[in-house]
Amino acid sequence: MKAAVLVFPGINRERDMARSLQLVSGKEAAMVWHTDRELPKGTDLVVIPGGFSYGDYLRCGAIAARSPVMEAVRKHADKGGLVLAVCNGFQIACEAGLLPGVLMRNARMKFMCKEVHMRVERSDTPFTRRYNAGSVIRVPVAHGEGNYVADAETLARLEGENLVAFRYASADGVVDPHFNGSMNAIAGILSEKLNVLGLMPHPENHVDPIVGPTDGRRLFESLIETLEAA
Amino acid sequence: MKARVIVTLKPGILDPQGKAIENALHSLGVEGVDTVRQGKIFEIELAAADKAKAEAKLKEAAEKLLSNTVIENYRVEIL
Repeated sequence: MKAAVLVFPGINRERDMARSLQLVSGKEAAMVWHTDRELPKGTDLVVIPGGFSYGDYLRCGAIAARSPVMEAVRKHADKGGLVLAVCNGFQIACEAGLLPGVLMRNARMKFMCKEVHMRVERSDTPFTRRYNAGSVIRVPVAHGEGNYVADAETLARLEGENLVAFRYASADGVVDPHFNGSMNAIAGILSEKLNVLGLMPHPENHVDPIVGPTDGRRLFESLIETLEAA
Repeated sequence: MKARVIVTLKPGILDPQGKAIENALHSLGVEGVDTVRQGKIFEIELAAADKAKAEAKLKEAAEKLLSNTVIENYRVEIL
């Protein structure tokens, strides 16, 4: 695995992400500044981490989505390269057009900072192959704008093509449609070619047993397995 | 040349901020307010020879950055 973690002004979860990548893969991730026009040679995974890029000015992720490095990320994704976009990264990926839809203010106007459960919708993707489809995992969330919205046509396409990767749910797997207002309780979606995953929760924070649950670890193991098989 | 770009949420898109403002107006006793939807106004000064060129530039700005056309509409006003 040769991961590149993007760094934008105002991002604050890039170190958590780099640490988790290192912990699970044993390899150090490259930190890539937003003004770079190219990814390090041989990059096989781009990670867009969480935080508050550009202070969430204009719209969450809007300015970061238009920075020079994103052109390189778009090329990487077009060639089928893997992109993991978490939290603000998910917002950036949507604003950049790597994923459809948009993340709006949480329906109850609250910043949600807690542990949630989400249901893994499918296990045949590069990001989820180490999970069982239908299993419920525990992950932290920390967002004010995680309310996934798309037009009816896009939503129907996401559901029709099974591109919803994770949904907010109860501990026993019953979908929770009222968590933050997200349409169809969507917590994470995949691109058509299954090589881009965007999700609001933070799997990178549940990787090390020293901090508690390790349900996020399998996501990184899935990526490693995918890249080793390639 | 001075201009404005006005960005509003498309009809049907849930606007929690507008809703909260609406509720606040009700609790302040401001009567007769049915609904509130929040948008943005950008006041822009630009160097452009004529109105048509300015409008084209502002439309480009609105499409590329100022609005997200998945959820928002925009309109341009030359002042």
